[in-house]
Amino acid sequence: MKYVLRYSALAYLGALVLVPLGMILYRTFEHGFAAFWESISTPAAVSALTLSLIIVAIVVPLNVVFGLVTALALARGDFRGKGLLQAVVDLPFAVSPVIVGVALILFWGSGGWLNDAVPVIFSLPGMVLATTFVTLPFVVREVEPVLHEIGTEQEEAAATLGASKWQTFWRITLPAIRVGVSYGVVLTVARALGEFGALTVVAGGVPGESQTLTLLVHARYIDDHNAFGAYSASTLLMFLAVLTLFVMTALQRRRA
Amino acid sequence: MITVSHVTKRFGDFVALDDVSLEIPDGSLTALLGPSGSGKSTLLRIIGGLETADSGTVEIHGDDVTSVPPQKRGIGFVFQHYAAFKHMTVRDNVAFGLKIRKTPKDRVDSRVDELLTIVGLAGFAMRYPQQLSGGQRQRMALARALAVEPKVLLLDEPFGALDAKVRAELREWLRRLHDEVHVTTLLVTHDQEEAMSIADNIAVMDNAHIEQVGGPRELYDRPANQFVMGFLGPVARFDRSLVRPHDIAIDPGPDGGGREAQVRRVSYLGFEVRVELVLPEGEPVFAQLTRTEAEQLDLATGDIVWLRTAGGTALAA
Repeated sequence: MKYVLRYSALAYLGALVLVPLGMILYRTFEHGFAAFWESISTPAAVSALTLSLIIVAIVVPLNVVFGLVTALALARGDFRGKGLLQAVVDLPFAVSPVIVGVALILFWGSGGWLNDAVPVIFSLPGMVLATTFVTLPFVVREVEPVLHEIGTEQEEAAATLGASKWQTFWRITLPAIRVGVSYGVVLTVARALGEFGALTVVAGGVPGESQTLTLLVHARYIDDHNAFGAYSASTLLMFLAVLTLFVMTALQRRRA
Repeated sequence: MITVSHVTKRFGDFVALDDVSLEIPDGSLTALLGPSGSGKSTLLRIIGGLETADSGTVEIHGDDVTSVPPQKRGIGFVFQHYAAFKHMTVRDNVAFGLKIRKTPKDRVDSRVDELLTIVGLAGFAMRYPQQLSGGQRQRMALARALAVEPKVLLLDEPFGALDAKVRAELREWLRRLHDEVHVTTLLVTHDQEEAMSIADNIAVMDNAHIEQVGGPRELYDRPANQFVMGFLGPVARFDRSLVRPHDIAIDPGPDGGGREAQVRRVSYLGFEVRVELVLPEGEPVFAQLTRTEAEQLDLATGDIVWLRTAGGTALAA
């Protein structure tokens, strides 16, 4: 019975996740590393990689700060409208990314409410907005339960020992929730790199301009019929996600 | 001295403290004793600044601290579940308050060493809280609270999460520590034995009120009401009064002027012998005897004896 459960779980994961991803890896390196390297160092690929990293570099700090503030408000605060805030935080999970893109154009785009006040469409601010929107819940949802779990006693003890709210946050609360924060960061990075729907709508994927790595995979595969190029870009994307996971795990080890 | 004047605190519809006033003398070890929900922890947390009173004032050493945050009250606080900083070593836990105060490093080191020796954790400085037993964690928490030389030490059920044996050891240890350090200490407990054995002074609380304040012996011998009498020790109902069961004397004959009763059951609990009896009207009553007394009487179930009160406390029932 034990083995039946174990192997059926493994078969399920294998068929759904491991084998398809493994096949991409196989196809990528089928013709050797040089071919892969060439495919990911074209000007369009380099530009797409840079754009993806810039978006991640802006979105992650934004959502970490916002996520911590919101999680603290939800876990420690007592105010009217808390239930509403809980629901709003989950909204980006509930709404399809394509709708997010459409909504952003409606609000920020030409003829929209803000009528091109900030150049959003086909430009970096719009892509950052869209990515921030779709990744907004991750840090909040990873951190809030940890805040509940650690309780308030340690923070109260720090206060009685003379620590200000700010000192208590940096020295007591943040170290206690760092595992939750790093999971939130890993999920945010992975989701930000992989965002497709909202970016397709707001950015359109102009090569060298508004094409992220994920949009590049799609363009190469569908428009250019360049399957190998799509596999290579996919492998690069997966490598970035795995790298994030490793870095966060290493940071946790060092500080534990 | 801590002076609490007319403090009231509500949580929604629940009244936790109703116009409570209390004075805690300098250098004393005072226990706030009461059942759970009586308001004792809330009172302690208001004194510590972790809760704010709806009305009333708190003074510590003559300063009105009612609206002073906990950081500036000069208190040490010890929690029931230790509140250990899990990501810090024992040394860093104890040093926390000193580092916040930007104490020079050599001064921090010597003070921490001194405290760890006092609480018996000198060899555990580099351990993490998870590597300590419950009793050790609570001693660490006490050292951490004492490190900043608080004017008053506030302990919220400090031994409540420990098993009975460790609890008894730590209780004696705390009493000895208090005799050395002499910091004004307020301890919340629901355990009357704990309060009686270590406190100079006990404030008995029930239902958002302080029922009585006094020394352990005074409270036991002269309880102000039935609640205090019942909370501090066993009570038997006899002759339309409440008495301590050890104040009921058993005579083998009617000459002492007692009331007739029949023995139901005799239990030998070590030094104490507990005798359950029934009066002719069918009313049960129980008495506590010493082993020697019980052996002289040689009681057995079914025996007819005569009961009277032999001094001690009696409250009208």
